[in-house]
Amino acid sequence: MSILVDENTKVVVQGITGNEGLFHTKQMKEYGTKVVAGVTPGKGGQKIEGIPVFNTVADAVKNSGANASAIFVPPAFAGDAILEAADADISVIVCLTEGIPTLDMVMARKYLKEKGTKLVGPNTPGIISPGKCKIGVMAGYIHKQGAVGIMSRSGTLTYEVVDQLTKKGIGQSTCVGIGGDQIIGLNYVDLLELFQKDPDTEALIMIGEIGGTAEEEAAQFIEKHVKKPVIAFIAGLTAPPGRRMGHAGAIISGGKGTATEKMETLEKAGVRVVKNPALVGNELSGLLKRA
Amino acid sequence: MKIHEYQAKEILKGYGVPVPKGRVAETPEEARKVAEEIGSKPIVVKAQIHAGGRGKGGGVRVVKSPEEAEKAAKEILGMTLVTHQTGPTGRIVRRVLVEEGADIKEELYLGIVMDRSRECPVIMASREGGVEIEKIAAESPEKIVKEWVEPYVGLRPFQANKVGYELGLDPAQVGKLRSVVSGLYKTFYEKDCLLAEINPLVLTGGGDFIALDAKINFDDNGLFRHKEIAALRDLNEEAPLEIEASKYNLNYIKLDGSVGCMVNGAGLAMATMDIIKVFGAEPANFLDVGGGATTEMVKNGFKILMSDPAVKVVFINIFGGILRCDTLARGVTEAVKEVKVNVPIVVRLEGTNVEEGRRILKDSGLNFAVASGMQEGAQKVVEALKTKG
Repeated sequence: MSILVDENTKVVVQGITGNEGLFHTKQMKEYGTKVVAGVTPGKGGQKIEGIPVFNTVADAVKNSGANASAIFVPPAFAGDAILEAADADISVIVCLTEGIPTLDMVMARKYLKEKGTKLVGPNTPGIISPGKCKIGVMAGYIHKQGAVGIMSRSGTLTYEVVDQLTKKGIGQSTCVGIGGDQIIGLNYVDLLELFQKDPDTEALIMIGEIGGTAEEEAAQFIEKHVKKPVIAFIAGLTAPPGRRMGHAGAIISGGKGTATEKMETLEKAGVRVVKNPALVGNELSGLLKRA
Repeated sequence: MKIHEYQAKEILKGYGVPVPKGRVAETPEEARKVAEEIGSKPIVVKAQIHAGGRGKGGGVRVVKSPEEAEKAAKEILGMTLVTHQTGPTGRIVRRVLVEEGADIKEELYLGIVMDRSRECPVIMASREGGVEIEKIAAESPEKIVKEWVEPYVGLRPFQANKVGYELGLDPAQVGKLRSVVSGLYKTFYEKDCLLAEINPLVLTGGGDFIALDAKINFDDNGLFRHKEIAALRDLNEEAPLEIEASKYNLNYIKLDGSVGCMVNGAGLAMATMDIIKVFGAEPANFLDVGGGATTEMVKNGFKILMSDPAVKVVFINIFGGILRCDTLARGVTEAVKEVKVNVPIVVRLEGTNVEEGRRILKDSGLNFAVASGMQEGAQKVVEALKTKG
């Protein structure tokens, strides 16, 4: 098993006719993801890469049975695209778009919560259950099917960690990029709950960074509810306060959200915190051997 | 994006928030003219820079006549103001705000920020105004009144009432506070703010509220729908290399160390800075060329790195995903050919087409130290730094 997406997931790509959308649609198909439909308003009726294109998500769902969506829509329209997918009863939405206004996400989140829709991102590399399904922009081949669940606010740093694991022969159950923005969909706590329940996930890696309190909330949850071992790396120990470090959400404001604070809170909750990002794979491999 | 106090006050005024009479001046003569227009005393002359603590740094003067205002402006304009928020280098003052002095009976705090955990704006108010809210939160959190705004419903009058009564204000004061809170929320919501703050919000001897200082931070992601706000960006407040980087959509932040870093992706870029520190050196910068960097971006990023004289060694750490390492290697070699390089460069490439990428680096005839893995990269960087002395 895996969480959120697997070999039965049927994906509709919103913004399929754009450069990014088209490129990654091909990549996802190549990986084995079931891409069943695309949506671009005004281009309904066409076929692209053999995939039928619809004008609306509702139409795509009705005709293709899609239950997940990948959003490659420009930031000004992505908030609306999320709402449209939720309205069409898509159950897992993966929004890759970077740069969505915070207030648009605040509005979208309220609606998603009412509908019970799961959102991955925005500003995420996406989600992958190796060997089964990839919805996102990560390179599929660096992954390997296995039993480690990964949650991260970052893209390339996740690839780095995945690569360390795969090179040691350690596979992953599901890797989720939760997104680098201030307001995001599924958070660490939501994923910890899913991973804890997933029988095929044996250990967890959490890749956090400065800003916000998501890691602290995760620590609280881990202490109470997570029985599986968790390893964490928090990026930004050397980041200056008050500066946005690339991600909209990576900022130490008012002295809050520092890496040190997050590391200490996680350690207190029994999480093994790795300070050297090159050694996450080593640490996990040692942990699996001891178990 | 940050703006100046005088700009924030103009925006708030447009939403019905009372602000002191006055305006911005760029010369001492203009400052005198504004003081004459105000016609009352005392007059306050305030340095306009994007940092707090201006009073303590000598950037705020209270004067009694237009002549004195001119003199104060002469002293403040052009000065390098150092405050706890500017860092040791300080900022050059290019404008002053000249305004009427307020009859201060009490100083309150009123602010709205985005609450990331609750995913909605939160109004914060306190009677302990004039100091930073973080300080109040740390020392006496019970003195802060909070009210969360449900974004679908918007700010309701009862909420502003609640804030007022919880602060212990009398009914007449609460009535007046309501319109200030409402104006501040409208600003926050309609202009895509991440922070809108009036500190202090002054209660005058006459029983009125007036915004004595104001600070607004906008959501960069929302700027595309507020051209008039985007136009308020003051490039003088930003580091030249950071402005240069922003032209190419690169994220660059200048730091104090000597290891120039170029990385794709924000998380990996922070982790690279961190691992440099683990091995005992300090990063000279944060530079994210983007998770999907192009040859062009790598080239421009490298040029920016090399124009920082503090850089003694360069660490390029790229994890190519969909983007291929050979493309990246070409970007680096092209950049190195175009820029004069007199510091050692350590390159770590991983990901798609890594062999081809490493071959391009080797065949370039240029002096790269190629590392396999972040760990080895960081070690080589520190060694190079030591050999260089």
